[in-house]
Amino acid sequence: MAAKPRVATASLCGCFGCHMSLLDIDERILQLVDLVTFDRTPLTDIKTLGDCDLGLIEGGVANAENVEVLREFRRRCKTLVAVGACAVNGGIPAMRNQFSLAECLRESYCDGVGVHNPGIPNDPEIPLLLNQVHPIHEVVAIDYFLPGCPPSADAIWTFLTELLEGRPIAFPYTQVHFD
Amino acid sequence: MSKTFKLDGREIPFETGQTIMDAALAAGVYIPHLCHNPEFAPHGSCRVCVVDIGGRQVSACTAAASEGLEVDNSSEAIGETRRAILQMLFVEGNHVCPACEKSGACQLQAVAYYTGMLAPHFTHFFPRRSVDASHPDVVIDFNRCILCELCVRASRDHDGKRVFAISGRGLESHLVIDSPSGLLGDSSFAATDKAAHVCPTGAILPKGRGYETPIGERLYDREPISIVGDVRAQEEEVL
Repeated sequence: MAAKPRVATASLCGCFGCHMSLLDIDERILQLVDLVTFDRTPLTDIKTLGDCDLGLIEGGVANAENVEVLREFRRRCKTLVAVGACAVNGGIPAMRNQFSLAECLRESYCDGVGVHNPGIPNDPEIPLLLNQVHPIHEVVAIDYFLPGCPPSADAIWTFLTELLEGRPIAFPYTQVHFD
Repeated sequence: MSKTFKLDGREIPFETGQTIMDAALAAGVYIPHLCHNPEFAPHGSCRVCVVDIGGRQVSACTAAASEGLEVDNSSEAIGETRRAILQMLFVEGNHVCPACEKSGACQLQAVAYYTGMLAPHFTHFFPRRSVDASHPDVVIDFNRCILCELCVRASRDHDGKRVFAISGRGLESHLVIDSPSGLLGDSSFAATDKAAHVCPTGAILPKGRGYETPIGERLYDREPISIVGDVRAQEEEVL
């Protein structure tokens, strides 16, 4: 028997809602673990990325670490998928693109309501923010897009099962939505 | 004897003076569109209704129907062109569907679903645009304006007010409001104006009604726009 496809997932500038939606497939997760082996993903807590058949990316690109993780996923994964609104078009975090980064930081850490000990964090361990939040296809090549905020568990299931079976991916009308 | 042309091989009757869009709508055939609304003069600006006639791509809402035409409204090539047009509309503005109360009942979104658009493909402009909440009953979010000019046409041709116009050229084109301050609240605009009820996106919205319809029951949640019809039909119900 051929080895099971290896799947890795990551949440960049997202809210983990897409990962929660993946878990929302409920008992089908037992079928999924029969179908695939999970590599690096918050679900397994494996921190290092090996060579994978499929990478699922939640969230857009907002900081230097996001860029690094995304590029590593692109290098390691044969097929890379943008999962959810933030990965697809920047989503809610990209609403900060209406303002300069300095304005965002000042509002969050200096001038905002209820801020104590104002001051912009500058610990070298904190990844530097990019000037704007970007959809992931603006940084690396993406093979598939799965929109939704989050994509429903059924949409994720349709996508995974059809992809793993090598069929063309066709969603029922109700499974594609941008919100 | 009525004249006909062929739309995807189907004979469509028409009368002199009708456009391809008019005749298709009358025959119950859906041609995706955003700036077209049969109550107003065709505008031909959004280009989503592009069809192919003998290798030429024309907008169905402005092209006159004529005897014997063979019109392609459903080939993969036309679908590809429409998706590209929609993707350009999406990246040109800030269409943050998860944060928009029009989501689910938005014609831009519904046409994107219909054409199978899954992602914006192009690089986002992320333009900096404003929100005008100065009017007591209606809010304008310029981030969502696709320059279809339906509000311009409705205000001018139906309401007799000319509250809206498009200013600037090319990428600088933008919607402007006729008032001393440029704000909607200082204009003669009223929530009962036709212009308040024709926007295909969430650019012009009534205040105080957000998320009234639960997710799952919104206009385009269950069935595609080709079956449900345009946003305006729903807008007229609430008028």
